[in-house]
Amino acid sequence: MTSILPTNLSIRHLLLETLTAFAVAAVIFCPIVGIHLNGYDFDLGHLKLALGLALGIAITRLVLALFLNTGVGARLAQHIMDRRQAPVAVAPTTRRLWAHVFVVLVLIGAVAFPFMAKKYFITVLILALIYVLLGLGLNIVVGLAGLLDLGFVAFYAIGAYTLALGHQYLGWGFWQSLPAAAALAALFGCILGFPVLRMHGDYLAITTLGFGEIIRLVLTNWVDFTGGPNGVSAPKPTLFGIEFTRRARYGGTPFHEYFGGEYNSEALYIFTYLLLLITVCIVVYINHRLKRMPVGRAWEALREDEIACRSLGLNHVLVKLSAFTLGAGIGGVAGVFFAGYQGFVNPTSFTFFESALILAVVVLGGLGSTRGVIIAALALTILPEALRQFADFRVLAFGGAMVFMMIWRPRGIIRPVRPSFSTIEANHAG
Amino acid sequence: MDWYILIQQLINGLTLGSVYGLIAVGYTMVYGIIGMINFAHGDVYMVSAYLTAISIAVFTFFGISSIPFLLLCTVIITIAITSVYGWAIERVAYRPLRDSTRLAPLISAIGMSLVLQNYVQLAQGARNQGVPTLIDQVFRIGDGDAFVQITYLQIIIISVSVVSMILLTFLIHKSDLGRRCRATQQDRIMAGILGVNTDRIISITFVIGSAMAAIAGVLVTLYYGSFDFYVGFITGIKAFTAAVLGGIGSLPGAMLGGIILGLSESLFSSFVNTDYKDVFAFSLLVLILIFKPEGILGTPETEKV
Repeated sequence: MTSILPTNLSIRHLLLETLTAFAVAAVIFCPIVGIHLNGYDFDLGHLKLALGLALGIAITRLVLALFLNTGVGARLAQHIMDRRQAPVAVAPTTRRLWAHVFVVLVLIGAVAFPFMAKKYFITVLILALIYVLLGLGLNIVVGLAGLLDLGFVAFYAIGAYTLALGHQYLGWGFWQSLPAAAALAALFGCILGFPVLRMHGDYLAITTLGFGEIIRLVLTNWVDFTGGPNGVSAPKPTLFGIEFTRRARYGGTPFHEYFGGEYNSEALYIFTYLLLLITVCIVVYINHRLKRMPVGRAWEALREDEIACRSLGLNHVLVKLSAFTLGAGIGGVAGVFFAGYQGFVNPTSFTFFESALILAVVVLGGLGSTRGVIIAALALTILPEALRQFADFRVLAFGGAMVFMMIWRPRGIIRPVRPSFSTIEANHAG
Repeated sequence: MDWYILIQQLINGLTLGSVYGLIAVGYTMVYGIIGMINFAHGDVYMVSAYLTAISIAVFTFFGISSIPFLLLCTVIITIAITSVYGWAIERVAYRPLRDSTRLAPLISAIGMSLVLQNYVQLAQGARNQGVPTLIDQVFRIGDGDAFVQITYLQIIIISVSVVSMILLTFLIHKSDLGRRCRATQQDRIMAGILGVNTDRIISITFVIGSAMAAIAGVLVTLYYGSFDFYVGFITGIKAFTAAVLGGIGSLPGAMLGGIILGLSESLFSSFVNTDYKDVFAFSLLVLILIFKPEGILGTPETEKV
């Protein structure tokens, strides 16, 4: 195991290391943080901050080195940094009942939530659920099949624009666009995936990144068709012709006229939220079943060792393509919800940064873990809302967390758990 | 199509291309030696653009008015500090992942890229920054409407790029350090057994890549005059395209790929469509990766068990 920190303790060595750390950190921070550009001029307003950062890093390093040389520290480090764990844990079946109870409780809470919360909280949760959906889609591609897709936002954009442009040119509503967007995104995934999936893993990442940027640039520059940077408006979701707006826009009846009573502006958000919740549940269930099906097993096997799988006769292109297409389809569905919820789409919502954010959701959730992805997506969308005063540091924290996760737990925090077959067999036998 | 426009675009493309080539060196060397795409390399270049502006401001403040001397100091300082950045990034974000899963270094690199962008944005603000015009002399050939102009800066960019590439090629092919680099690239374990400190060689590779990116950063910043914290992304991807086009892992390939990309991008934007020039570069990247992933000068990669 390579360690960032020195493990042999010699005072001279330690001091030298600390001084080096300070010098390097000072060289890094002083010019960029310390000297603030002001037109063609500069000021030294943050020089103390820069030196403080450098000093902080040096001291942290010294303290860590000292701590790691104590018996407790060494064992703790060994425990925390132990990477030699199996990719998949096998759990006994006894905990399953509690898991079911927990899931039911969470679902009841989630359904009851919008009827009690304010509109603001509902909108935050709608965005969070859209990210859950995106995370689940990308999780199939990156987490399960091990294909790094850096252009996932393209499928999200295709979904969103299917709703907006479908409404503008074909007069489609939300419900026609939902399957169409899923199919179109999946088709694009398939067309892109087929030639691309045969290539080396890192090349795949860059190719998908290129594809994502191409889609965004085309959406920006093809002004006649997509409205360019000004964007297009998108229709709101409806329920069997019942609309949730004050006046009927799509030929249906407004909600409050149908049932009688006051117009409630929250109704649209509550409906969108519940619809998203149902969609997320369906996707989670599909995900759950797929993981136990041969194709899901093939995804994970291919991720672990492609050469072994190919020698065992797995058609690696088809297996990868299925993951890629399915992930793209889910991304498309998320896009429709995004456009429907916002009522408007433009290309700035689909930059590479968005792809990186979805990737951060999957990575921080622990590649491959459904639970982890849901928790990470909720955390990464709700925490920034809660910690508004630190909003500027959001990206810094995401990036740092991604690096840290890769060093600490490259396979994710929550290990994928599979029911143990031996226990099941034993139960049947007994 | 008029001949002088074509020649003008060829000159502009050559300038752009030699800069892509310099940045591509960082991608190609790192890929050659540890097989990872250093996604944060474009942002190292972005940092060097800021360092250029900062050094020019500071040295001007200290009363250095001779432009050649000012530029020399700026280049040296920028290279030195950018190299430290490259070294530190490798040490913090990539070295602990040496024996990790296949995706780990790339994801870590994306994280590092986000960190660098946000860090510079927080430290220097989100708005555009600029440098004063230091060299504005122009060679002009032809008269009336039909003329070709070459700025002194373009000549400097092309010649500095060529000289740096030649020096680097000498370093890699003739020096003892270069021999160790090549040994590590060919077989890291075997080189380690034969007494090469491979970790140090990998660090040196990052330092060399960052230094070349720093040279590019100084040149481009002087050329365009303005930049922001986001320039690293597009430039980085284009330089990566250049590296792949020339054959990733090959030094002459990086320069060749850079020049081909610069020329074709320049011609595309002037004769076809300016709005879609980035689409053109990205499409080129996707098409090369699909149809000829080994590039022009590279060797096809075979996966061994």
